[in-house]
Amino acid sequence: MKYVIIGNGVASVGAIEAIRKNDKEGSITVFTDETYSCYGRPLISYYLEGKTTLDKMGYRGENFYKENNVSLMLGRPVTKLDAENKKVTAGGKKYDYDKLLVATGSSPFVPPTPGYEKVKNKFTFIRLSDALAIEKKVTKKSKVLIVGAGLTGLKAAEGLYPRAGKITVVDMADRVLPAVMDAESSAIIQKHLEGKGIKFCLNDSVREYSETAATLAGGAKIDFDVLITSVGVRPNVALVQDAGGVCERMTESGRPFRGIVTDDNQKTSLDDVYAAGDCTLSYDVTIGNTRPLAIQPNAYLQGEMAGNAMSGGITFKRNYLPVNAGGFIGLHIITAGSYVGEATTVRTENSFHRFFVKDNRLMGFIQIGEYSRVGILTDMIRKCTPIGSVDFQELIREPKLAALGMDYVKAVLNK
Amino acid sequence: MKRVYVNEEWCLGCHLCEYWCVFSASKETHFPFAFDGGAKPPAGIRVEDYKGINFAVNCRHCEDPLCLKGCISGALSRDESGAVCVDKTKCVGCHTCIAMCPYGAIVSGGDNMPIKKCQLCASRDHVPQCVAHCPNNAIVFEEE
Repeated sequence: MKYVIIGNGVASVGAIEAIRKNDKEGSITVFTDETYSCYGRPLISYYLEGKTTLDKMGYRGENFYKENNVSLMLGRPVTKLDAENKKVTAGGKKYDYDKLLVATGSSPFVPPTPGYEKVKNKFTFIRLSDALAIEKKVTKKSKVLIVGAGLTGLKAAEGLYPRAGKITVVDMADRVLPAVMDAESSAIIQKHLEGKGIKFCLNDSVREYSETAATLAGGAKIDFDVLITSVGVRPNVALVQDAGGVCERMTESGRPFRGIVTDDNQKTSLDDVYAAGDCTLSYDVTIGNTRPLAIQPNAYLQGEMAGNAMSGGITFKRNYLPVNAGGFIGLHIITAGSYVGEATTVRTENSFHRFFVKDNRLMGFIQIGEYSRVGILTDMIRKCTPIGSVDFQELIREPKLAALGMDYVKAVLNK
Repeated sequence: MKRVYVNEEWCLGCHLCEYWCVFSASKETHFPFAFDGGAKPPAGIRVEDYKGINFAVNCRHCEDPLCLKGCISGALSRDESGAVCVDKTKCVGCHTCIAMCPYGAIVSGGDNMPIKKCQLCASRDHVPQCVAHCPNNAIVFEEE
């Protein structure tokens, strides 16, 4: 069996680990345009912050590819997929496959803005090469402008906080982290970061760039030495789309979701072609349908599922959901699921916890500051546990297994 | 693999397991020294107290470890015994594993510090100290 994997992020590693459990003999070839073996992409902000180092960023041990008998083709992007003849083209050469995994990830979107081409020190923030290039340009005197106040933008701000002189963040939304927070929780994060000296221009966007300044639609002018654009990502679907694969799902609102469409086993609409990670649409159990869910845990799990499906291993339907965790200059958040239904809020001096309940199910939560054991709640969302079957008041006060019932406790803890 | 299992009807709620866990995770040779720096439970095991019922919860070292599969840095891996272990030099303290663990068995080590979890006392000759010092056999270390 010849396995080919396009991309070398964590979905790729998940697939390699699954394939090798089921098939020790088949050949595995990984193509990537990057020049590094796999690293966790979210680590790039921790790298800038000095919380990890290049030699600690490898997602697996240095012998991972050798031990798993994988041909890793670094700096060799796949330029064409011929699904009919089961061939991919890379570096002008054609390679046969029996089973193909497309794990091409996503690319940062840079909105077309007049003058952008004049900016010398401009970056996006998704790859290690971005962090290494930014590192060279940022000094204690630098004024950094970050366009985009989502998770990536704010993690970039955190990463640069000890390195840069001044950081300004601009976003079209009227609040920070609009995708993972509700209004009140956004305000808590914003206030915290403002207290650390980060400046926000919200409800605004860049109208025009000069080499070292941005003029906002609202009229303000912001001088900068380094520009980072982090307004969002787009799934890399071109190879599959050009080969005739389905890469879109129409939503009820009439706006399509872009991303490679797969079944529960991560198989695409093309024979013997699988896809996993940021380039796909994922089944989100909280909406009961597929949507873009570009988060790392899902990438690994989908890569693993694809690897199992490709090599005859055990497959099953996984319930995916949005899960985000991380700190912002000392203030931590964990969020999960969707923020629909009735909200209940529990505040203490050092924490803000909000829970969303709909149709007798926990649909999502936001936790800021201190928290403990929140994975118990994530699991309730994942499993669609009926609220009526648990001591929900106790769970939102302090998550514990006993509040899920002693039958459950015995099932998971007893021999 | 051998795991720690719970006999909840035997648990006295004494929390001794939590203290032995902190000691075990420290590099100290004498029990009280582990607490000199202000270290406090929980680390890798935690006693639940709910309506008069007590029992200890630690990592299940799952067949399908969502913590390991969700880890952003590759800091979580299985050791040769099957235990899910954390490489403290690689963990950046993002807490994705805390968000993923269905049993709430992973503990924050503080802002950007490595997480704490049960490693089945890999550094103590694989003799889980929580079990070794439980006064009433409320936790046992046995094959499945």
